[in-house]
Amino acid sequence: MTATEQNAFDVAAAKDRCKRHRKRILDMTQYVTALHVGGAFSSTEIVDCIYYNLMRPGPNGNPVGDDAPDTFLMSKGHGYMIQVMLLVDLGILTEEHLRGYCTPHGILGVHPDYGNPGIEASTGSLGHGMGMALGMAYAEKTRGTNGTIYTVMSDGEVQEGSTWEATLMASSLGVSNLVAFIDNNNMQSATFTTDTHPSFYPVVEKYQAFGWEAVEVDGHDSEAIFNAVQNRSGDKPLLVNCKTTKGKGVSYMESVPMWHYRSPDPEEYKQAIREIDEAN
Amino acid sequence: MRNMFSQTLFECASENPDIYIVVADISPAGPMMDFQTNHPDRFINVGVAEQTMIGMCAGLALKGCQPFAYTIATFTLYRPFEMVRDDLGYQNLPVTIVGMGAGVIYSTLGGTHHTMEDVAVASAIPNMRVLAPCDPAELVEATRYCAYQKEGPVYLRIGKAGEPTFTDTAVDKFEFGKIRYIQKGTDVCILAYGTIMAKAMEVAKELEAKGKSVSVVSAHTIKPLDRPGIEAALNGHDQVIVVEDHVPEGGLSSRVKQIAWDVQAKCKLHTFTLKDEFIHNYGSQDDLLAAHGISVPLILEQVA
Repeated sequence: MTATEQNAFDVAAAKDRCKRHRKRILDMTQYVTALHVGGAFSSTEIVDCIYYNLMRPGPNGNPVGDDAPDTFLMSKGHGYMIQVMLLVDLGILTEEHLRGYCTPHGILGVHPDYGNPGIEASTGSLGHGMGMALGMAYAEKTRGTNGTIYTVMSDGEVQEGSTWEATLMASSLGVSNLVAFIDNNNMQSATFTTDTHPSFYPVVEKYQAFGWEAVEVDGHDSEAIFNAVQNRSGDKPLLVNCKTTKGKGVSYMESVPMWHYRSPDPEEYKQAIREIDEAN
Repeated sequence: MRNMFSQTLFECASENPDIYIVVADISPAGPMMDFQTNHPDRFINVGVAEQTMIGMCAGLALKGCQPFAYTIATFTLYRPFEMVRDDLGYQNLPVTIVGMGAGVIYSTLGGTHHTMEDVAVASAIPNMRVLAPCDPAELVEATRYCAYQKEGPVYLRIGKAGEPTFTDTAVDKFEFGKIRYIQKGTDVCILAYGTIMAKAMEVAKELEAKGKSVSVVSAHTIKPLDRPGIEAALNGHDQVIVVEDHVPEGGLSSRVKQIAWDVQAKCKLHTFTLKDEFIHNYGSQDDLLAAHGISVPLILEQVA
């Protein structure tokens, strides 16, 4: 990508899309209770940027599909709902799929299931994504197909030892076509990560010490996420530590533990939609 | 067996560019060195990181590769169990997990290195198949099967070194999913899998010396177990003996007993397994097996 194109990053379009994704997720909360709204909202800009701005389109113009060069693996499986909305946007999943979510006649559940359209790996148990993404990236590199593997982890997930095993191995193998994002919303299920694991910080320096290129960005600034990847040196795996807010965009949800999983009631729903509509 | 495995996999990898091997701190020696030298990109040593060994194999398989995960048996399944279950089983990926030195082959290294529950653990996972060839020749067949199959994950339970060959003159050929008669008799049938076959063969010889006509069967595919084959063995002999270096729960013995009940088998049925106890004594593999009731004299005492 040239500097001119990079400068042409369409901030307004990304904002519009992310508003739409959040509102559609809120719509779903009104007929399904099993949704991780908070974690989906903290990952919204990251996942949107990956699908719309980072993954290269395949021959049919879609970044998802057998012939598309790059791969996205949602390591934080509980953030699945934002991935679902992107796949609907890209025409991989349909409204019919959404209507079947978590029902006996549907194929979509709370976490990504390999085999479903657009889903590259089954996740939901944390700490599996980095190992699988490493294997995928290594295959792409050694088979000369050279696709880039993008993955999004939660900050809580980085407590898993398996994540660090694979992190160490990725840099040792020189897998430069691996780009990992931490959706660093400082929360894990019901507690704050800064309280449970103050030694997790600073994050960027840890990854650098593990042989990665690592940068930190505002995880709700789509252009900053995009630029972090565009400006990488490219000879090491890249970690983008995205500072985010759980439940981002809805005042009463932001950084409030119960919105890890809860669905808003009808009044709360209306307020949430209003806040998202009125935001800049 | 490990050298035969390495040799066979090296040959398969030279034919099939999809084959990768991910090892956890196994130093390449002998034929494995040939693999690493000739296919350096497809030999990966993740070191002491078994979760990454399995996760990486899953990622490779998701990209169309045919990966093998390889280390000492106990570390292939127990440490990375959830990766085996979720990444390989749930996603049904064609990855072969090679458990080397299974059973109590690492007899002096203590209980941390004994692999006594692997068949039960692996068999409990949906989609997982379990293969345990009884000698180096059968291992070649099993490895070749694993190197080309695309159906899903396999746990391949193998020995270590110095195992004799029993199947050179076997009555049946190796076929995945079928029990294999090494020799066919009419009175007694001995069922075994893996390296414990050495004991089964000795017991057969002793029983033959006493005038019995003895079948010896390699039940190399423990999952899916050849149910019609087991039923025929139960119905076709007066006495059936199962020998395995595995705990009583979830191994071949418990499956054969289950089938025997289902078909109301009339034969006498004797099973010899490790006890449901960890082993705290040391010595040779034979010493440890004998401590749990698996030796030729102890078996003969029960069955003759």
